[in-house]
Amino acid sequence: MDYDVIVIGGGLVGVSIAWGLSRCGQRIAILDEGDVANRAARANFGLVWSSSKGLGNAAYSRWSRTSTANWHRLAAELKAETGIDTGFVQSGGFSIRLTPTELERGIASMARLADQQGMDAEGTPPLEYEILDQAETRRRLPLIGETVAGAIFSPLDGHANPLRLFAGFHKALQQRGVHYFPHRKTTAIRHRAGGFEVAGEGWRLGAGKIVLAAGIGNTALAPMVGLSVPLSPSRGQIIVTERLKPFLSHATGYLRQTDEGSVLIGESKEATIDHQRPRGPITAVLAERALRTFPLLRDARAVRIWAAFRVVTPDGYPIYEQSERFPGAFAVACHSGVTLAANHALVLPRQISAGALSEDLSVFHSRRFHVPAAV
Amino acid sequence: MFRRLSDRKESSVSFTFNGVPTMASQDDSVAAALLAAGHCSTRRTPVSGAARGPYCMMGVCFECLVKIDGRPNRQACLTTVVEGMRVETQNGAAMPGQEE
Repeated sequence: MDYDVIVIGGGLVGVSIAWGLSRCGQRIAILDEGDVANRAARANFGLVWSSSKGLGNAAYSRWSRTSTANWHRLAAELKAETGIDTGFVQSGGFSIRLTPTELERGIASMARLADQQGMDAEGTPPLEYEILDQAETRRRLPLIGETVAGAIFSPLDGHANPLRLFAGFHKALQQRGVHYFPHRKTTAIRHRAGGFEVAGEGWRLGAGKIVLAAGIGNTALAPMVGLSVPLSPSRGQIIVTERLKPFLSHATGYLRQTDEGSVLIGESKEATIDHQRPRGPITAVLAERALRTFPLLRDARAVRIWAAFRVVTPDGYPIYEQSERFPGAFAVACHSGVTLAANHALVLPRQISAGALSEDLSVFHSRRFHVPAAV
Repeated sequence: MFRRLSDRKESSVSFTFNGVPTMASQDDSVAAALLAAGHCSTRRTPVSGAARGPYCMMGVCFECLVKIDGRPNRQACLTTVVEGMRVETQNGAAMPGQEE
């Protein structure tokens, strides 16, 4: 065996797990594509957000809240190891509601979320949030637009600089001597002598365990080792403004100011893989909503508008599973690689090293998509 | 520091940099005109106040941001000098909606 674990995919999910596995003393290799890879790690909004997640899946809410709590340790340890500051702040997040209807919907869905069975567990920060009416929203965010109906605020939420997070993991892995192989698109995985042989054009490597963290690539790789990762691409567009004086220290669901002064305006979702160009009609909606939210942005100039894509599972919740036919083969797929980075770095690797995913993660097995649904 | 090529004979344009009348050649970018006039420091950073000047000259590095005719955050390397233009050092970050 060349390695203890081969991680397939060098995006944010892959490097989070690889870093954690390296800290468990495992010999790791990361196999990555080149710069042509569709990398959500380089194209995302950078929220560390849990308050509104998990309606219909209390375990996902708990997992997200735990990860946000673990983010403090992740940020501190990455900084100590690399000097790179991920810019993580948990200053609380506002879910801005532009109209009374939006506010009512938000209030109702938060109430349903909070009332679910199994929302609380030892060691998980409780779900806290406040409903803010128009006046209270304005009091806390004096620059907010006059027509904004209200907001839902949660102290659990925050944001980080996802590019520095990504760079921090890569730098740490390099310092640790983890083998990183770019331009190695995996095309075949075989189970061999209690381990796995991973191969592509002109190369092959062996490892005792493998972790599939290849984003949309997981869908094709998973069946080779008895796993199932149904995913579809979700295209998103962002508007990036020129750097401005800090005026907004809190994250909001679709608009935030980075620690470097840029304002990022999102978010859109289209079920497509074509991301050659941002689409004007979508850009217009993003801009119009941003102006209703913070009218002072009228004078801010956009320096970039880009489109990129993330992956989503059929129900939007992550997939974590180990192959029953070929133990030692794991698959990980999620939409929120930034929020979940702390759990992927600090919690999941211990389980993978030990060879068993915890009971907490069993609800994230892909058997939930199989028909008839598993009982 | 920088010298103009001797085989180029464009007509002159005048603009001001921090109020000082300065000469440029027709079709100069603001960044090129400032460098040619000996100004290597054209802004101060928002975080530390350190001096910065034009670097990439092709719109990528955002080091050459200046205030032009009262508008902050203009990329000097992507803006052509015009007669009478008012160029000023940009100190720190700009706040939208607070233009002169």
